Amino acid sequence: MGNTMTKEELIAKLKIIVQPYIQDEDAFNNLSEHTDFINDLKINSANLVDVVLDVEDEFDIRIENDDMEKMISVKAAMDIVIEKLAAK
Amino acid sequence: MKNRVVITGLGVVAPNGVGLDAFSKAIKKGESGITFHQELADLNFSCCIGGIPQISEEKKLEYLTPLQLRGFNSSGILYGCMAGMDAWRDAGFKIKESSKLDFDTGTIFGTGTSGVEKFREAIYKLDEGEVKRLGSTVVVQTMASGISAFLGGILGLGNQVTTNSSACTTGTEGILMGYERIKNGQAKRMLVGSCSDSGPYIWGGFDAMRVMTYKHNNTPKQGSRPMSESASGFVPGAGAGALVLESLDSALERNATIYAEILGGNINSGGQRDGGTMTAPNPEAVKRCIKDAVINANISVEDIDTINGHLTATSKDGLEIENWTKALDRNGDDFPYINSLKSMVGHCLAAAGSIESVATVLQLKDQFVFPNINCEDVHPEILKLISEKKIVKKVLKTELNIAAKASFGFGDVNGCVIFKKY
Repeated sequence: MGNTMTKEELIAKLKIIVQPYIQDEDAFNNLSEHTDFINDLKINSANLVDVVLDVEDEFDIRIENDDMEKMISVKAAMDIVIEKLAAK
Repeated sequence: MKNRVVITGLGVVAPNGVGLDAFSKAIKKGESGITFHQELADLNFSCCIGGIPQISEEKKLEYLTPLQLRGFNSSGILYGCMAGMDAWRDAGFKIKESSKLDFDTGTIFGTGTSGVEKFREAIYKLDEGEVKRLGSTVVVQTMASGISAFLGGILGLGNQVTTNSSACTTGTEGILMGYERIKNGQAKRMLVGSCSDSGPYIWGGFDAMRVMTYKHNNTPKQGSRPMSESASGFVPGAGAGALVLESLDSALERNATIYAEILGGNINSGGQRDGGTMTAPNPEAVKRCIKDAVINANISVEDIDTINGHLTATSKDGLEIENWTKALDRNGDDFPYINSLKSMVGHCLAAAGSIESVATVLQLKDQFVFPNINCEDVHPEILKLISEKKIVKKVLKTELNIAAKASFGFGDVNGCVIFKKY
């Protein structure tokens, strides 16, 4: 499925995943590739691990500690998901 | 100069009533909240009945956010948050995420163990090698202080925020700990209370000890029988009770409703000596706890109008009554009224002391004694000690000034608090 997914579709999926954790509605409504999870969406840093778990479930992938540390923005999440899907 | 301490807010989540109004009506009517639970039967419990507060999904959202409820599986924390937030609002305060940090108010909110179902969930995942997939919610729901941490954040409390734990004395102990803090001028207000999870994983150990009744699986509402000759063990319960304690000065200054005053009390332990064990009370320590509570409250034994006992419906009820008669040096017709909320809600374990204290304080505010149910056959040993008319079986409207509430817990620990009508 990964190969057929467009960038827009991927962002749309990530948007649904982060929605429960966001604390800034405006930033969420304007979510783009450049949105930062903590600085823009004001996600509590403790919830970042929950975002990672939800991403794992949605795309049926496993994200290791090194990648997890990097996953602090929409762009970084997209890169990791694309890489993991390609490796499947 | 020590502060006088009063109660300005109450909240309760009980098997026979969620919210103060429902609970107040239920205890006046003598309504049982005990029901049969198929889940317990399926797990081969001897006792398949219990008291579980009824809370809808919509109701949960009135207290916790969708984010807080994500991966949430700690019934005790839910009950505690609901009771604590209700008590806070009842005391006339608002709950806002943006409220100013309040260094004058803290919370001592106890529990026996926290989030036992959440813990079970985590252990299964962990044993499958999935520790990475536990998420962020396990720690805060399973740490003992989870409930005080939740409430401290929801209310923005800046004074002491902690959780006490002393088995079935927990709720009563917490009231006295908060009382001391205000009396000594270390806080203006303390939200005190306690909560306990519901369900098989919290109750299983007691079922294994055969201290819960297995004779009423077909008659749940008749199952909890404190002081009855046919009592055959306690019925497990769950829930939370909460009280906002406040210095009298602070309460008067903001023109708050005052439910009652706390005159004092006492906490001690029988040290598991002289008849006391891990699970049975040392009678000398129980009597001393009551006597010292009376002294600490600066009243005399004859001032006590009504007692809310621990009275669990095990074989120890008679001994408890004997301890009261000796500690107060009052018996027969001269004995105060006495009741046990457990006849209606079961034994709510760590939450018992706080839920029962809420009931006791309501009695003083509304001037009534709630009925004991299921003791139409009062134990003859108890009738040798006190007059049957002191064990009210129908709600009694009467003038009450002072009420004593005691709780006794595993570990041979005791607590007794003295409330006075304000």
